[in-house]
Amino acid sequence: MAKLNINGRIVEVDVEDDTPLLWVIREHVGLTGTKYGCGVAQCGACTVHVDGVATRSCVLPISAVEESEKIVTIEGLGAEKPHPVQQAWAELDVAQCGYCQVGMIMAASSLLAQNPNPSDADIRAEMTNICRCGTYGRVLAGVKLAAERMRG
Amino acid sequence: MSTISSLPAVSRRGFLGGGAAMAGAFAFGFSFPLPGRAVAQQAAREVNAWVVIQPDETVIIRIARVEMGQGSLTGLAQLAAEELDCDWDKVRFELVKPMANRSRDKVWKDLSTGGSRAIRGSQDYVRMGGATARAMLVEAAAQGWGVPASECRVSKGVISHPASSRSTTYGAVAGAANAIIPPTDITLKDPEDWTIAGQPLKRIDTMDKLNGSLVYGMDISMPDMLVAIPKACPVHGGKLKSFDAAAVSGMRGVKHVIKVDDETVAVVADTFWRAKTALDALPIEWDEGENARVSSADIAKMLREGLTADTPYVGNRVGDAKATLGGAARVIEADYSFPYQNHAPMEVLSATVRWTPERCEMWGPTQVPDAALDTLASAAGLPPEKCEVHVMRIGGSFGRRLFTDYVRMATLIAKQVPGAPVKMMWTREEDMVQGRFHPVTQCRLRAALDADGEVEALHMRISGQSIMAYMRPNIMTENGDPIMFQGLMPGGAEMAIGYSFPNLLIDHAMRNPHVRPGPWRGVNLNQNAVYLECFIDEIAAATGQDPLALRRKLMKNHPKHLAVLEAAAKGIGWDTPPEKGRARGLAQIMGFGSYVAAAAEVSVTNGELRIHRIVAATNPGYVVNPQQVDAQISGSFVYGLSAMLHGECTVKDGRIEQENFDSYTVMRLDEMPDVEVISMPSGGFWGGVGEPTIAVAAPAVLNAVFAATGKRVRNLPLKNADLNMS
Repeated sequence: MAKLNINGRIVEVDVEDDTPLLWVIREHVGLTGTKYGCGVAQCGACTVHVDGVATRSCVLPISAVEESEKIVTIEGLGAEKPHPVQQAWAELDVAQCGYCQVGMIMAASSLLAQNPNPSDADIRAEMTNICRCGTYGRVLAGVKLAAERMRG
Repeated sequence: MSTISSLPAVSRRGFLGGGAAMAGAFAFGFSFPLPGRAVAQQAAREVNAWVVIQPDETVIIRIARVEMGQGSLTGLAQLAAEELDCDWDKVRFELVKPMANRSRDKVWKDLSTGGSRAIRGSQDYVRMGGATARAMLVEAAAQGWGVPASECRVSKGVISHPASSRSTTYGAVAGAANAIIPPTDITLKDPEDWTIAGQPLKRIDTMDKLNGSLVYGMDISMPDMLVAIPKACPVHGGKLKSFDAAAVSGMRGVKHVIKVDDETVAVVADTFWRAKTALDALPIEWDEGENARVSSADIAKMLREGLTADTPYVGNRVGDAKATLGGAARVIEADYSFPYQNHAPMEVLSATVRWTPERCEMWGPTQVPDAALDTLASAAGLPPEKCEVHVMRIGGSFGRRLFTDYVRMATLIAKQVPGAPVKMMWTREEDMVQGRFHPVTQCRLRAALDADGEVEALHMRISGQSIMAYMRPNIMTENGDPIMFQGLMPGGAEMAIGYSFPNLLIDHAMRNPHVRPGPWRGVNLNQNAVYLECFIDEIAAATGQDPLALRRKLMKNHPKHLAVLEAAAKGIGWDTPPEKGRARGLAQIMGFGSYVAAAAEVSVTNGELRIHRIVAATNPGYVVNPQQVDAQISGSFVYGLSAMLHGECTVKDGRIEQENFDSYTVMRLDEMPDVEVISMPSGGFWGGVGEPTIAVAAPAVLNAVFAATGKRVRNLPLKNADLNMS
């Protein structure tokens, strides 16, 4: 049995050691906001926060996750009130199909926690999630808008 | 709905549409729980097929076309709401299911969603649906008051009779309105008078995409559900010879190892990871068939032979191009090629099917709900009346789900596990290898120039793969595939060439490799635009003409094509030189009923290309939601430039080599240029916006690369070219 701290709740799961955190979150904990896109840490659709750091959960085996590490998924990010990134995304109508956007939002919120005033170049370098619909322009604008709001 | 104070509350709008059950023809069978379903089950009163109004004034607009990110769901709701004169803030949506459509004599007409047709192909009857519902609601109120309907007014869902100072609401009269005989003398509004349609409104299906609550096909969960992962012979057309189920059947969670069909095996387990682990360990033997040794080089050779083959299919002929070329003062010639591309939507293929001897249902994404129902019924061995497809919003599709191969596969698996819902999920690797690929073609272009450098003749020979020969043989003509000539046709409202040449020949030699092709966002317009627009640039360079000046000469009989090109050129500042180190390129084409053009500004430093700026102009006739049209057009450069820069699926030993995003590179934010969108709807026709702009992305940039380096990249993708100046 592995114990995990997900969105502030301790959950116990009975899974094989090599099971990626992504599939534990989706199939054993039942939170499907975190997406499967590639399984090889390329696309970022599976991004969650582990102790605040954007982490690609599809290649992180559950055996490498400690109970003390705080995992936050999209369901936990805006649970009390929408995160400024989510608000910016709504305001700019960023999402198209939406499938990659939860990962984008998790990556953006982690980026802003570490760098409250990112330049365009910072955002372009840090936001490496794949979107196939082509929302990149609005993703860039969304991160900047959220940054502005968070700085007050 | 302009700002959000609470995501969950606003997201009720989205939950309603997520496949929830509803009254009448929609409610039967079992359904999986979706958040907010209780909202959908409130007493709903249908005014007509398109409009349901609840007592609390919620307006539910039925959406019959599939939403996969293109935004047509909101556009269609705007069109219906415009004619309905309802309160936009009260609009919710519901997706139409194909069995309901069938049982109501196709009242929602064609549910299929492709060819950039969602808006333009249904705007007339969707608007009529809203207008008819409005007339019925007003008539119901008027009858209640005993006054002529002509004396009543409507504003935002409130009906008033000024003469007697009475008013009521849509919600109050919706029940009575259903009994009113629908009028037939409806006049639609002039788009000039639109207040909901034509506005840059936000999408109505966004909120649940931002908090993770939207249930995509991949996210379905049901009691006792099993997960199946298939693997088909990696060489298309090959067969499954044998597999050793005993080697994995004892692994944890594994329930079944199933032969799905002649070419596919699947592991059924309790979770994805356990199914995948077992499938990876499963010993499988394939009979790879006659294509087991085919490589990209073999395919290229096959196509090259077609560049000079006799008896091609002629798509466009003016005068005698071959004779003119034979006697020309000067001939310029170039060969181009366009590789296989995978759709690679972010959500890979999936379908959840529950089969019993009496009934079969599918929950999942499809671009063709009616065809998916037919496939489901056929694979289930049941009449369609005993089946249903629960349509869901899709995590990107770009044409892949115009096929129903995966629906059939999921059904054949579920049929072997009667009673259990089976969620069939593909791995990214399976999705990449078993794609329906952007077809491969080559093109030889030859232009005859007179002594003054004027173009006397053009011959464009396309050689390569026909999508329709594989996908829809019934629309092939006796000569070949008419869809090959997108953007190159002599005329018409869909895909006409924008140039006039005294002598012109555009023909196609069909060469079909074994790799399965499919319509890939933009379809054949993509390669045709590269071939034509880059070669026009070659003619300009060979004759010392400005690329825009040459096009103006050749396009003077095509004012709509030329107008978008002029707009893009003006937007990039064509008349003034770019800053030092930068260069520009242009391209235009007509496709999917719209006129599109792009101008690109690039620099190439030490062989590295940087795309600084794009200006894109589009005339789609009418624009229903400007900010969504903007999103489609700017997004087109991600899809189109991903293909141009990186996209290439190569074949070795008969199979596609690229199995994931580590080898099939796509554009990310760091490469995304600034895109400035010029939307210039002229009225008078309805064109699509989801696809056409894809096609001008690559040639505009390739022409700019030539301007910057003098190097003409004729074989895509550009990653294979050396742009160093030495």
